[in-house]
Amino acid sequence: MPFSLDKAADRYDVIVIGSGLGGLTTAKRLSYCGHKVLLLEFHHQLGGLATWFKRKGHIFDVSLHGFPYGMVKTCKKYWTKEITQSIVQLKNIVFDNPQFSLKTTFDRLDFTALLHQKFKIPQLTIDRFFATVAGMNFYDDQTMTTRELFEEFFPGRSDVHRLLMEPITYANGSTLDDPAITYGIVFSNFMNKGVFTFEGGTDKLIGLMTEDLERNGVTICTSARVDRIIVEKGQVRGVEAGGRTITAPAVVSNSGITNTIQDLAGRDSFSSDFLAKADAIRVNNSSCQVYIGLKPEAVIEEKGDLLFTSTAPVFDSSELLDLHTRSKTFSIYYPKTRPGHDRHTIVASMNSRFDDWSTLTQEAYDTEKQALIARTLVDLNRYFPDIESKIDWLEAATPKTFNRYTLHTRGTSFGTKFEGLAVSRALFKEVGGLFHVGSVGIIMSGWLGAINYGVIVANDVDGYVRSL
Amino acid sequence: MTRDEIKDLILEIIKDIDEDADFNTLQSDLPLRDQLDLDSMDFLDIVMELRKRHKLQIPEEDYPQLASLSSCVNYLEPLLKNI
Repeated sequence: MPFSLDKAADRYDVIVIGSGLGGLTTAKRLSYCGHKVLLLEFHHQLGGLATWFKRKGHIFDVSLHGFPYGMVKTCKKYWTKEITQSIVQLKNIVFDNPQFSLKTTFDRLDFTALLHQKFKIPQLTIDRFFATVAGMNFYDDQTMTTRELFEEFFPGRSDVHRLLMEPITYANGSTLDDPAITYGIVFSNFMNKGVFTFEGGTDKLIGLMTEDLERNGVTICTSARVDRIIVEKGQVRGVEAGGRTITAPAVVSNSGITNTIQDLAGRDSFSSDFLAKADAIRVNNSSCQVYIGLKPEAVIEEKGDLLFTSTAPVFDSSELLDLHTRSKTFSIYYPKTRPGHDRHTIVASMNSRFDDWSTLTQEAYDTEKQALIARTLVDLNRYFPDIESKIDWLEAATPKTFNRYTLHTRGTSFGTKFEGLAVSRALFKEVGGLFHVGSVGIIMSGWLGAINYGVIVANDVDGYVRSL
Repeated sequence: MTRDEIKDLILEIIKDIDEDADFNTLQSDLPLRDQLDLDSMDFLDIVMELRKRHKLQIPEEDYPQLASLSSCVNYLEPLLKNI
């Protein structure tokens, strides 16, 4: 069980601020390497955006919508067998929009068949496209945008662009105007074997990770908000939290990269050159969600695990971000995905801009929130007729909600755009002992990206601490 | 460490990363990545494991030296000569 802050010692080898999947993984790897680690989380629950909440007998998963097969290898190497064995495939991915309706396993084999048979794309073009995206590396040329990539292979085919892009926009918040590599790397990861989920839900995963960290000797404190990272003469000295000073030669922030620089370490800790790069970081967009719980006796037909739906005539990155977007995903959680629990829940997710919600008056905000729920029910009714009579819980989250629980700048739910990665990686070269882990650069986001980035950063931290 | 011991060390670390790795047909001079199911994260694991076991600090610019089994041995031999 996590402790309160007063149980923490005065000195550690490494302090990790924030317990998102990146922070948890960095803490795990560093304890495995033999370091004395303190993990501080401001919320009363661990997991960051990998979170859940309980209402009226329901458990709602906030960000468990599907991750690539690579998660199996990653959890096997960096976490436990029990975690790895709970990863199961989501086999029914549905697309439904004015341009096409189809069901797929969302892997290369099935997508190749769909593109060839349904969309009449020549086999050679499909093979060349897959080879191109599979060969992309994060250090490659970034000048080509995803829009240009699609135009090169599928000119004028807005339906194909939609099929290829829509799911990735929901997965990492990228748009047609972001570097093509941010699309290609993530898309290829999914195309490997399809979409997977964690059987038992986010609460089970985070529970297992917490147990594993405790077995490895990590001190975990919840409801422990860090006020400041102490930097003296260009070196990290520790943190201030709850009126205490806790020292460590290395501090890893799993807060947002912009929060880390602006709020935790403070601008005075950095050179003007570095600040110029940090100030140029664009945070990614945020999200809206509607959480729908069904009555205990309610039964619904299996219509798919993940539904990408839209009534917008064509795919348009800015339409997906609009306050009144007509595009949303439905994640359907059948009782089988949470063994021992017999309730159906549905989570509708939309991408959204923080400023569209933060600038509203309280009255307008409440009205928009109700309208969001109403639109969602109209859309859901197309797949599950008479769904309203089966619902016993309805609640919505907006970018302001994401901001409140994660403290992320402008409630970003997908970290930063591409330039955030270089700043995150260079942080410890600017301030000795200061590291950042978290969603940056689009590619280091999502559950798999966050965990793998946690391993990459742990390697930097271990190398640094051992060189002291 | 002798060259053979270093080779065994690398293979042992790879076995921990991927228990299904098949070394029977492994050719020392060819890239490990092309012959085994290893990705860039796996190479990072090798670096971390060498640091953990033998306090070796391998700078990022030297990672390409770990590409094949024989290049690993050549690179690590002087670093591990007193172990």
